[in-house]
Amino acid sequence: MIALRNLRKSYETAEGRLEVLRGVNLDLGAGDRVALMGESGSGKSTLLHLVAGLDRTDSGEITIGGRDISKLNDRERAAYRRTKVGLVFQQFNLVPSLDVAANIAFHAKLAGRHDREWENELVERLGIGTLLTRYPEQLSIGQQQRVAIGRTLAARPGLVLADEPTGNLDEANGDAVLELMLSLSKGSGSTLLLVTHSQRLADRLDRQVHLRFGKIE
Amino acid sequence: MKMWTAATALLSHWRRRPLQLGALLSGLALATALWCGVQAINAEARASYTRAAVVLDQNGLANLVSPNGSSIPQSAFVRLRRAGWNVSPVLEGDYRFGVIRLRVIGIEPLTMPAETNTVDLGNAGDLLSFITPPGMLFVSPRTAEKMRGQTDLALRVSDRMLDGAAFIDIGLAQKLLRREGELSRIVIAENQRSGLEPLEKLVPTLSVREPNAETDVEHLTESFHLNLTAFGFLAFAVGLFIVYATIGLAFEQRRPTFRTLRCLGVSLSALAVLLLAELVLFALAAGAVGVAIGYLVASLLLPGVAATLEGLYGASVPGTLSLRPEWWVSGFAIAVAGTLVSSAQSLLRLRRVPLLAAAQPQTWGRSWQAGRRFQVLAAAALLALSGALLLWAEGLEAGFGVLGCLLLGASLLLPTVLSGFFTVMQRASSRALVTWFWADARQQLPGLSLALMALLLALAANVGVGTMVSSFRLTFVGWLDQRLAAELYVAARNEGEADRLRTWLATKVESVLPILSVDAEIRGQPMQIFGVADDPTYRMHWPLIVGMPDVWDQVASSQGVLVNEQFWRRDRLRIGDQLDLPGDWKPAVVGVYSDYGNPKGQVIAGINALTSRYPQVSRLRYGLRIQPDQVADLRSRLTDEFGLPADNVVDQAALKEQSRRIFDRTFLVTGALNIFTLGVAALAMFSSLLTLSEMRLPQLAPVWATGVTRRDLALLEVLRALVLWLATFIAALPLGLALAWVLLAVVNVEAFGWRLPMYFFPYEWLRLGLVALGAAVVSVFIPLRRLARVTPSELLKVFANER
Repeated sequence: MIALRNLRKSYETAEGRLEVLRGVNLDLGAGDRVALMGESGSGKSTLLHLVAGLDRTDSGEITIGGRDISKLNDRERAAYRRTKVGLVFQQFNLVPSLDVAANIAFHAKLAGRHDREWENELVERLGIGTLLTRYPEQLSIGQQQRVAIGRTLAARPGLVLADEPTGNLDEANGDAVLELMLSLSKGSGSTLLLVTHSQRLADRLDRQVHLRFGKIE
Repeated sequence: MKMWTAATALLSHWRRRPLQLGALLSGLALATALWCGVQAINAEARASYTRAAVVLDQNGLANLVSPNGSSIPQSAFVRLRRAGWNVSPVLEGDYRFGVIRLRVIGIEPLTMPAETNTVDLGNAGDLLSFITPPGMLFVSPRTAEKMRGQTDLALRVSDRMLDGAAFIDIGLAQKLLRREGELSRIVIAENQRSGLEPLEKLVPTLSVREPNAETDVEHLTESFHLNLTAFGFLAFAVGLFIVYATIGLAFEQRRPTFRTLRCLGVSLSALAVLLLAELVLFALAAGAVGVAIGYLVASLLLPGVAATLEGLYGASVPGTLSLRPEWWVSGFAIAVAGTLVSSAQSLLRLRRVPLLAAAQPQTWGRSWQAGRRFQVLAAAALLALSGALLLWAEGLEAGFGVLGCLLLGASLLLPTVLSGFFTVMQRASSRALVTWFWADARQQLPGLSLALMALLLALAANVGVGTMVSSFRLTFVGWLDQRLAAELYVAARNEGEADRLRTWLATKVESVLPILSVDAEIRGQPMQIFGVADDPTYRMHWPLIVGMPDVWDQVASSQGVLVNEQFWRRDRLRIGDQLDLPGDWKPAVVGVYSDYGNPKGQVIAGINALTSRYPQVSRLRYGLRIQPDQVADLRSRLTDEFGLPADNVVDQAALKEQSRRIFDRTFLVTGALNIFTLGVAALAMFSSLLTLSEMRLPQLAPVWATGVTRRDLALLEVLRALVLWLATFIAALPLGLALAWVLLAVVNVEAFGWRLPMYFFPYEWLRLGLVALGAAVVSVFIPLRRLARVTPSELLKVFANER
């Protein structure tokens, strides 16, 4: 379903040009739950951003459902993010001006897949029913991450990309959030690519891939 | 050294945010400039009044005056001199030399105390020419220029004289003004012999006016200057909003720096001193620029103000500005005071808020929410106070109090009203992006509320003052059409010429309407009594406000008189009231007419009544009724046959045009200040949007990541700014109309004595709306360009750990 071929990406820095990805090749099947691991600066987040259509590749192909998203223009990539991908970051996931209920419905409505029953089920399973009228700034980091997961899954995306979603949480909260994410993504049949430093968390996923010096080992 | 190091750390904030610094300094400079400009104009005008008072009124010395303003018999002066008092008589009045009306001050040079320094009659020849017929006029160079060809009297030019006034010998003044044996006041010299009989015994009916008392001109022009001051203050307040918002945000953004400095051993008091010093430094820098701009603004506006003051009140003010040292001092003082007032809350918060609290815009927003409750309460109290003042208080100050409370109350209420509106819109929308649009607009309110309040004030002032001026203009033009009904106006140069004119005109025009007037003291106030012929022109055209059914018959039969609106309101006269006019004449008030542009009271009587009671009345001016197509011909024949100067024969169209020009010039200053205030508000909006654009990324990045393009986000940013402007503009309309109503129905009545009808001018609002829209687009342009240039990597940093 998802095929990355010879993916390259570099950035201009004060010290010169920095090659972050140096020809990444990776295949993910429908419903796969994959942990993307690697040291800091290995290019994990960059890879995730490219797959999400948030950034452009220097070269290479990202084929999703037979369509090369690296060739899409700005508008098409926005539509791709809206309809195909769900994103969970470590922080600043939520729209600060909307309350929890509006945040959860936000992506699903944008994608044109708003389903109130599914939304209610997610709210119940995530245990955030009492937070619906609160604003992101009034939530703890753990609560914010639960809402972010709810928002992502409410849109029923084919691909969920998570960039260290439990990085700011303590172990117990991190485990709880990950458990929810895994069980919910399994329930919705989404493919999951999760960036993490934690071997303990990675062990709970179907597969692990390691990125080292800009390449998959 | 330690302090200097800490100061460098604090100042580095501004080096990294030059636009924020620019907004702060320009806001402060503009606020200071407009305030200083207006104060300079007022100070210059008041200095002129004082100079006029010292030169023309001998205001540096005490004067004996009649408490009710009536004339003093010359015998009182004689009695005082015989008793040994060193006093000197003065008679004042307006006298028309051809088409030039002058304030004539009759003095007695031999007894006038030397310290008054009124006229320079250095040699015996001059003195003789001054006191013996035909007499001499002491006038300013400009007045002398105007007087050429209008009088046979000798003119002596003096640089010390003020325009529009002339010193003459008191005997000649009594003759010209036809007030033989009368005096206006008696000047008391400083040096008096001891052991003199007290004044109250010698002249018990007179009272002493102390030196440097407020003069008539100062009193009359008070409302005009109060108006200017109010405008200057409004502009200053609008400018301070920028300063308040910028300082508040800069303090919030620098909280991590404060925390670090405290951790490194800088005490709270040292930090406060450093911040205070930084603010004073900025205030002084901006104050210097502000005073310079203020000087420029004042020198641009002063000629218009001078013309207005002369046209409205006959006050002579030079059209050029002198740079006074006290001006600089007051400019710096107001800049520093304004800065300290604007930053007081931030400085106090610095002491109260724990420094370990993280700096984030949301914190700023939360404290705003808490303050909003207090704001609503304050708004309600101010609006209630405004209503109470309107219902129960009187006077010009109360009128301005109503305005101030109304404007401030409404502007404090604006953020809450907008927040409520955005909440309703958010709830009413079902589409995700539309919901976010309204929610985000609401979230931006804390950062924009002050700029929006400033904008509301500026727009409401524009709508209010614009409606007042346009209503006034519409009424004034209609009133001119009624009042200037004669097709041609002619002024003879002397009584002989006037006799010949009347005879010559009798067969050439439909009717000759004499314009006769005498000066008189009525109810203690200096006024004019006009005489009108019993002519259909008046019956059909004269702008009556109220009157008896047979008002013109009553006037013609000398049983009644008309009074102007300002006299009617000021003295609370009623139809049927009896007036006690000079010459033991007690006619009834039978009607009231509008008389715009005249600060004084006026009475109109039948011409027969006037000429029989005041036979000395000058008969030089006439209105002529003829067919409009004959105006040009008659005008040239009058000039040819009588050799009258062009200024002495004026047609209706030219007179109306001149009146309209004076009217428009009068409100030129108001218009200019309106534009300045709107400009300051636009700057406030611009600086707020610019500042907020620096904090927008965390709010926009999640929406972008969810699948909204940067272009759409930028368009929504523009749309949001326009919605905020539009919502504020819509809120400004009812507020502006309320302001106009208070100006027309309260302030004008108190200031000038006339009440004007209110008209609506939707096209003017539309024009203002378009100007505001243009300003909105300009204000959003730079922040938008900044947003459009944001790269995906910058947006992605929002989600990254290192942020």
